[in-house]
Order: sequence, then C-alpha cells, then structure tokens
Amino acid sequence: MYDETSFARSLQIQFRVIGALLMREIITRYGRDNLGFLWLFVEPMLFTLFVTALWTTTGLAHGRDLPIVAFAVTGYSSVLLWRNCANRCVMAIPPNLGLLYHRNVRVLDLFISRILLEIAGATISFVVLATFFTAFGWMEPPADVVGMLYGWLFLGWFAAALALVVGALTAYTEVAERLWHPISYILFPLSGALFMVDWLPSNFQKFVLILPMVHGVEMLRGGYFGSAVRTHFDVGYLFVACLVMTLIGLALVKDAGLRVEVE
Amino acid sequence: MIRLENVTKIYHTRQGSHTVLDGVDLQVGKGVKVGIMGRNGSGKSTLIRLISGAELPTSGRVRRTISVSWPLAFGGAFQAYLTGLDNVRFICRIYGVSYANVVRFVEEFSELGSYLREPVRHYSGGMRARLAFALSMAIEFDCFLIDEVIVVGDSRFHEKCRIELFEKRKDRALILVSHDVNTIKAHCECASVLHDGKLHSFEHVDDAYAFYQTSLH
Repeated sequence: MYDETSFARSLQIQFRVIGALLMREIITRYGRDNLGFLWLFVEPMLFTLFVTALWTTTGLAHGRDLPIVAFAVTGYSSVLLWRNCANRCVMAIPPNLGLLYHRNVRVLDLFISRILLEIAGATISFVVLATFFTAFGWMEPPADVVGMLYGWLFLGWFAAALALVVGALTAYTEVAERLWHPISYILFPLSGALFMVDWLPSNFQKFVLILPMVHGVEMLRGGYFGSAVRTHFDVGYLFVACLVMTLIGLALVKDAGLRVEVE
Repeated sequence: MIRLENVTKIYHTRQGSHTVLDGVDLQVGKGVKVGIMGRNGSGKSTLIRLISGAELPTSGRVRRTISVSWPLAFGGAFQAYLTGLDNVRFICRIYGVSYANVVRFVEEFSELGSYLREPVRHYSGGMRARLAFALSMAIEFDCFLIDEVIVVGDSRFHEKCRIELFEKRKDRALILVSHDVNTIKAHCECASVLHDGKLHSFEHVDDAYAFYQTSLH
C-alpha cells in the first residue's frame, strides 16, 4: 500500500525527491554557463563584500573598538541566512504546481529543497569570506570555532523555521507576501547584525532579545570575538523559539498541501 | 488495485464552498480499463488529480497498491528554461530510474533530435506534447491516467502513440476520462458517470452511456 509505506522507505523517497529538486533548482537558477552553480555562494559573497566595504568606509554601526570587517562579515552573513531562506519560500508553490502531478513531490519538499540551497549558499559564502579575510590578515582567527558553529547552526534552524512559516502563509494569501517584505526590512536593523546587545540601553535590550535571531548572532559573535565582547543570549529561549516556529511551520505547510489546487 | 473510499473534495471559491466530489467510491483492479464520463465541470479532472495524487481529498481515502502514472502526456511539470534532456533527467531522479535507458527511449520515440538539448521554451506545442508523451511511456506504470485523449503530432505520430499505449501496454490498467463515448467504447470495458458529485459505475459502457444521456436532461 502506498499510503502504508514504511517510514524508512518514505524517507528514502523524500531524500530522492529533494535531491532531484535541488539539482533542478541549481540548473534552472544558475545554468551551466559562466560560473554556473558557483553563483550559489558568489552572489551572497558579493552582498557581504559590498556591505563590508560600505560599513568600513562609512564607519556605520560601529561605535566601538571591534574590528569592523569581522563585525560586518559575521553580521551580514547572518542576515543573508534567514532573509534569503524566507524570501525563496515566498510564493514557492505556484510556479511548481505542475510538479505535484508526480505524486512523490510534496509541497514540503518544494520548501525544503529551497531552504537547503539557501543555507548552503550562505554558509559557503560565510566560510569562504572568513577564510579569505583571515588569510589576508583582515580578520583574526576565531576565538572559539565550536561556539561559532553552534551559533550558525541555530541561525540556520531559525532560518528554516521562519522560511516554512512565511512560505506557507503566502500560500494562503498574497497579503502575507506583501507584508513579509516590509517586515524583513524592519527586522534587518533589529536582527543583531548592526549592534552587540550589550551596547544598547537595558530596556531596549529586553525588546530586541524577543527576536530569536538576535540570540543566534550573539552566539556567533561570542564564538568569534571570545572575551573581547560581552554577549547576551539564552540558548534555551532560542531552542524553544526555533522548535515552536518549526512546528507551526510544518503544520501550516501540511495544511497548505491539503488545500493546494493544481490548475 | 486503486481504491477510492468515500472521497469528497470541496473547493473554496469566492462564492463559498463548492462540493465537486461527494462520497465517491471506485475500484480499479490490475489491468482493468475504466472510462469516466461526465459533463463539463462535473469533476472529471478533479477525480484524475485525486487519483494521481496531485491533490488530496477533503475527506475519504485514495489507496493504491499498484503504481499510477501522472496524467498521460502532461507537460505542465516541465521547467521551460531547462533543456528537454534536463527535464527528462529530473523525472528520472524523481522516480529513481536509470537515466540512460529513458533517454535512449525518449530520443528515439519523440523524434526531437538535437532539440532535446534546447530549452523547452523554444519548443512548439506539438514538440512539447511529443516529449511529454515519450516521457509518459519511458517510465513504466501499472495504471495509466488519461484526461481526454489528445492528438499528439501528425497522424503517423498519433498512430505510433496508439501502438505504444494501447497495444504494447494492453495488459495495464487504464482510467480514461472523456466526454466522447466512442473513445471510451474503443478502449474501456466498463465505465462510470460523474453526475452532481456522485460517481455511478456500470459494468458495461452502453449502460453508462444510457445513464449519461438521461443525466444530460
């Protein structure tokens, strides 16, 4: 019975489908000409590079004595992670409706493949830039790589959960799409990319720490700068926030899958 | 066996909810050829989408113990910016079948030649249909879904499709949706009629057609 397929078999099919969608997405978006799939991380890399250059020359968001390049690279890479994941999942279903005729392709797979691709792009971009800047002496080697890794993993999880929620909501109403863009715009300066929480007045600290990604960015920077910064984050809060958002996201995606209408 | 158990499908439209299928039961065993008749808008295509799994029922169950195709010659899943071959490769990955064999078959059957290496958006409607039909035949299924028999290509190509589907695969099950009784008579041994959301099944196509005729008035 297809609807009584074992969990292991279902998982195997899902991996196969997501793999196929990933390849399709890569070839469609980047093609085989010039840089091809390298654009996957060259594009976010250029973004981060430009922002780093801008911040360095204008001294923007930099009232303290932290090295600006490292500050910009860690901050902007985090923004790219959650923002690109969510943006790619906005209205992800309509252009792919035809694929649903291939029964093993489910709405969730469309989201997962896009999320994985964005996480991969942002991660490679971050690692390549950090390695490059460190090799040229523009960035110090990180104080605690494992701490950074935890921060990045949490940011990735947050990005995936956010993308599921935002993506599924746009399947209900176009209003969600229109709202998401201004919201993501507002979230950028509040997301922790432009400041260390410690720099803020304490009543404002409480407010920004409601945003889960602020905790992730603090973890990431805490790992990178080590004792040079005082960080404010709560792993327990971040964990629960990501978990709750993931569950809400999965429930919304499941419901969107039930309601989907194929031309 | 494909089995629909008390399947209901409700769409939410601007005018409120609209029940397209209302407690539909259907069984299609291995090798059985079933025709589905119904007026325009009676829910024939909805039924096909539920059987194929593209959409899920509002309530009830669709069970499948045999493999079921996507609607025959459906080209809506093509990514227009990818080449024909890249699209073929994607379908192979989805179904976990060997790419080499499928490509060989598609190249030979579709007669698209070097066009297979061009983006699908450069194809004419007929070329797309040929690629879609070839792909439908390149991956093996126990049951084929056909939402209206469409004429693919010129009469020679059409004949080739007929042989490939109705002769070489005559042991397979078939669910054929059409409002043309002659098409159904030619290919099916039994038929069902969709009317007011209910599916009425008949052992003989003629009985189904008689019911269909009275339901029109």
